[in-house]
Amino acid sequence: MRATVNGSTASLDEVTAHTNALDWLRDQGLTGAKEGCAEGECGACSVLVARPDADGSTTWTAINACLIPALSLEEQTVITAEGLGEPGDLHPVQQEMAVRGGSQCGYCTPGFVCSMAAEYYRKDRVPASDAGSEADEHGAHECGPNGFDLHALSGNLCRCTGYRPIRDAAYALGIPEDTDELVQQHSQPAPAPAHTDVTVAGARYVRPQSLAEAIDLLASDDQAQLVAGSTDWGVAANLMMSRATTLVAIDRLAELRDLTEDETGFTIGAALTLSEIERRLAGRIPLLDKLFPQFASRLIRNGGTFGGNLGTGSPIGDSPPALLALEASLLLAGPDGERSVPLAEYFTGYRQSVREKAEIIKAVVIPKPLAAHTAFHKIAKRRFDDISSVAVGLAIDLSDGVVSRARIGLGGVAATPLRATAAEAVLEGRPWTAGTVREAAAALADAGTPMSDHRASSAYRTAMLRTALHKFYVETTSVQEVSA
Amino acid sequence: MSSLSQRPTNPIVGESIPHEAASLHVTGKALYTDDLVIRTKDVLHAWPVQSTHAHARVTAVRLDEALAVPGVVRVLTADDVPGVNDAGVKHDEPLFPSEVMFHGHAICWVLADTLDAARVAAGKVEVDYEPLPAIMTVTEAIAAESFQGARPHMERGDVTAGFAEAAHVFSGEFEFKGQEHFYLETHAALAQVDENGQIFIQSSTQHPSETQEIVAHVLGLASHEVTVQCLRMGGGFGGKEMQPHGFAAIAALGSILTGRPVRLRLNRTLDMTMSGKRHGFHSEWKVGFDDDGHLLALEATITSDAGWSLDLSEPVLARAVCHIENAYWIPNVCVDGRIARTNKTSQTAFRGFGGPQGMLVIEDILGRCAPLLGIDPAALRARNLYGPGQTTPYGQEVTQWDRLGRAWQQACNQAGFAERQQEIEKFNAAHDHTKRAIAATPVKFGISFNLTAFNQGGALVLVYKDGSVLINHGGTEMGQGLHTKMLQVAATALGVPLSTVRLAPTRTDKVPNTSATAASSGADLNGGAVKNACEQIIERLRPVAAQHFGVNPADVRFDHGVVSAIGSTAEPLPWAELTKRAYFQRVQLSAAGYYRTEGLHWDSSTMTGSPFKYFANGVAVCEVEVDGFTGAYQTRRVDIVHDVGDSLSPLVDIGQIEGGFVQGAGWMTLEELVWDESDGPRRGRLATQAASTYKLPSFSEMPQEFHVSLLEQAHEEGAVYGSKAVGEPPLMLAFAVREALRQAAAAFGPAGASVDLALPATPEAVYWALEAARSGEADGNVRRDSAAVEPERIPGGHPMRPESERVAAAEQPQPAGSRP
Repeated sequence: MRATVNGSTASLDEVTAHTNALDWLRDQGLTGAKEGCAEGECGACSVLVARPDADGSTTWTAINACLIPALSLEEQTVITAEGLGEPGDLHPVQQEMAVRGGSQCGYCTPGFVCSMAAEYYRKDRVPASDAGSEADEHGAHECGPNGFDLHALSGNLCRCTGYRPIRDAAYALGIPEDTDELVQQHSQPAPAPAHTDVTVAGARYVRPQSLAEAIDLLASDDQAQLVAGSTDWGVAANLMMSRATTLVAIDRLAELRDLTEDETGFTIGAALTLSEIERRLAGRIPLLDKLFPQFASRLIRNGGTFGGNLGTGSPIGDSPPALLALEASLLLAGPDGERSVPLAEYFTGYRQSVREKAEIIKAVVIPKPLAAHTAFHKIAKRRFDDISSVAVGLAIDLSDGVVSRARIGLGGVAATPLRATAAEAVLEGRPWTAGTVREAAAALADAGTPMSDHRASSAYRTAMLRTALHKFYVETTSVQEVSA
Repeated sequence: MSSLSQRPTNPIVGESIPHEAASLHVTGKALYTDDLVIRTKDVLHAWPVQSTHAHARVTAVRLDEALAVPGVVRVLTADDVPGVNDAGVKHDEPLFPSEVMFHGHAICWVLADTLDAARVAAGKVEVDYEPLPAIMTVTEAIAAESFQGARPHMERGDVTAGFAEAAHVFSGEFEFKGQEHFYLETHAALAQVDENGQIFIQSSTQHPSETQEIVAHVLGLASHEVTVQCLRMGGGFGGKEMQPHGFAAIAALGSILTGRPVRLRLNRTLDMTMSGKRHGFHSEWKVGFDDDGHLLALEATITSDAGWSLDLSEPVLARAVCHIENAYWIPNVCVDGRIARTNKTSQTAFRGFGGPQGMLVIEDILGRCAPLLGIDPAALRARNLYGPGQTTPYGQEVTQWDRLGRAWQQACNQAGFAERQQEIEKFNAAHDHTKRAIAATPVKFGISFNLTAFNQGGALVLVYKDGSVLINHGGTEMGQGLHTKMLQVAATALGVPLSTVRLAPTRTDKVPNTSATAASSGADLNGGAVKNACEQIIERLRPVAAQHFGVNPADVRFDHGVVSAIGSTAEPLPWAELTKRAYFQRVQLSAAGYYRTEGLHWDSSTMTGSPFKYFANGVAVCEVEVDGFTGAYQTRRVDIVHDVGDSLSPLVDIGQIEGGFVQGAGWMTLEELVWDESDGPRRGRLATQAASTYKLPSFSEMPQEFHVSLLEQAHEEGAVYGSKAVGEPPLMLAFAVREALRQAAAAFGPAGASVDLALPATPEAVYWALEAARSGEADGNVRRDSAAVEPERIPGGHPMRPESERVAAAEQPQPAGSRP
């Protein structure tokens, strides 16, 4: 068992299922990647992996090495900061970081270098035609004149520099040469998933070849733990010492990786990463386009999936409020076949759902027509890479100034994500006016049972429910208002 | 010009060069303490057993189950300590406590072949507790009179008379929490008994000499049997000044007892729950202004939340007291300081070291009182800046008072303060749900350790026959660029190219008895010592060269590796040729350098003296935009002018200014330490103990526009090559962010209201502040104590003060000393 790291073969023999890729790389003597938090928050462990694009070709993708099991890398290709360049022969990214003061203590730097390299190599990165433009058409991204999207670095923390020199380094990068080794690998097929099935020290890591095999594994092993991007499981394994007897990796199952659109709606494979969905949808579902930049960080979105976010069933996941507002339903595949469950009926309690033990979320289905006016309000301390204290997904249709349909999804205000049906009822059939909004906002403020914790007080959570509709109303009716 | 501050022609100091290890950083080749584990054989891993109570007597510890875990080698307990069971310098920090003093306190340490085994085994150690009452807040501590250490009192003038004279007297309270250092590299130590029988410890420490001393006293050894090396740190910020000692001692003890290298590395949760943080403070204050807003009197009692042991709390408090007036002349001052003992981690040094906590008192006062005085906050600040001949409340003359005014003016000009203030007024009038504000705040920060003895530095400079130079000094590299500056100092002092000089890792067997790399003093102290060592060598080389050139030794010039002489037609000598000749003439080519800061004196019993060599000055101007629906905000633009003297290394200095500002802004706005203060079973537990719950500034908090300039004409006579310290002072420039947020929140309500803004000013805190402003609620935390009348106001509008005067005042400080 092996992987390719910086062009050399590295052995995965005798590696346990809970050993993360970071610890494994460091055990190989590659100490460039660091542990800063072991929960995918700081990015000091960022490395590049060769992942498949929609057409199967290679795209260099930055991920948190601390979160993924090392065994998930069997037959895969990894590049660390050490593999990008040498002190006497720096990679362009390393060169810019070094000369512009992008490193001070240097501990976060290899991770920044890898995240920055992934964006440097992004195939569709193009310099802005208008050098003064800092936002793309959706206004969600912050791009430099070279097309570098600053969100590529949203999952990397630096405690020394204050980021300005790092931004300058990122914005100074050119477009890689065609002769660049990593560019040349773009046209090659990405490494296929290995059919890993190994048991070390009593714990099994298995990558089934089909959805049916995955369901069989779940049905036959009570302790089996599903993982895709491992962005949740990795945290539990690292910080809580959670250990599974069987890890079932489903992130590369073809059946879970389709994205289709027809006249009835969109079907989005549950194991597509959020970054892949963002790229493939290309703005076709505006509400999701507002969600993605606010969902954790690029590093997390490169691993995290809808399946995982809904599978863990956390009340503070960011996708449920948006998907509830979109009236999504889930396609669940189990031993007895497939069934469809509206997301609004999916959650049953704190991290509980109607999903049976041996069922796997296969896809998220978003019906058409899409609402005309949508918003995603995430309330958090920090704009990038934070967990919401309250999240509100809003979707309304207006017909002659009257609300013909209103769907509001909420997170962070109860043991489960929920639909604000009372507020929706107030809105529907009423004119979209400040008066209606005031009344509906009062109903929205009564939704859920917000609690106080280290993220926010219950009073603030309630206040944010109350102001959400007012803010949305201003956003939909005013052009002069510039929001913070 | 002093010889210390004077630069030769073509100096290498002052050149803008990247960090000396930049190419190692970016390629992942820079090694940190824990990166050495893979290079070391048979390493044991250490993991603590942490208290689950905030305060309790440990009545029994049972190890059997833990010892039975495969791979476990031993569990270290108090019985194993051959020397003193203490991890601090105050002898109040037992390394293995019998009474746990905070939730997370390490009781004993498991050593195992793998980290996993040590973690599993630590979970199997059974501890019996007898719970004791725990104090979690400063308020509780004050009520219980739970204090520790010194209670400094600083007094100047007569506050009673000052208040009597004042047209406006206000009083209030202010409390805020501390800050987690969150250096990206957590605490780490790797200890082994070396081939010479000494204990050798690699430690991520800002204070290798003290780590050495603590390890020696725990092990019952002399200092010459213990060597500590610090390759570099992945950030320190003060968090590795005192805190590494105990961890190094555990690793060293384990290594001696097992004969194997022991690695101790805290993961983030351990680091956050076990190591000290910035002190939170509580203050009660009373302030008097004259009719023009000049400060007349300040009376305050400030109480720091020190946690369970003293650590550095006394000097932190002393610095807080000595910075309470920040950059402002206050004739009558009376300040009392107290140190609360609470059942939390032992709070410690953090960039600014009490200075920020003291300065926040006056900045919070000015921000809250300005609307009540009817004076624009920037104008109020500008008119109170120090003037000529004035002294601080502890009696040190502010000789560079003019720099505060110049920095203020340069920053306001650079920012276009007056024009933007007008634009903002227009913007705010046109927007109901979004408000902007611009604020300016000054910094005056004293440089030198308050304790005079610490103001010394040492260096060892070795010149080899081939001309290559190796320098050692007592300072540690934590990212602040000290090593870069020291290379530049050595190259300048020897007159050689930078590439001729190499720097060796900081080790206690090279330079002994060093001070912590702290108090922003690293470059001042070690730069002075490196320069001194280099000059000794140069003085020995001069006669050798003079003989060659046939000139007086004083006429020999050393410039970028070329040795020449004034008035000589002889071919210049290459540096390497000269060093070879010197060797053959038996001239010593190495020197130990030494530096002590002159002119300091301090009486801690009366809190008087001149404890600081000089003050670092700076001004920040910050504009923010606040969303009225959520309290969320963005920093639109920051302009900074900061006084670094004649910069030793501009890229490094600008990096320190920007980084310090953003770190300060993090504390001001989003970094929130939340302890469980309930009476439930988790009382005392730190709720924000991970990166997912404790949020540092990320890219999204970076100011959209960020302009930093260095103060012009800023030569510092008293420091190496005319430079000034830069590590800490810029952190306090971030007060401008909070003051701008306060003003933006106020803009949602009627003019003239005082806004009480919590610290950190999270979106939630800003929301409550703007809601209070919107509803016209008064700041219940500030009281008008005098019978003075409210200033007149334009009906429904702004304070009655002509626009022109407001603008002028913001741009041109009126030195306070110029008034009668």
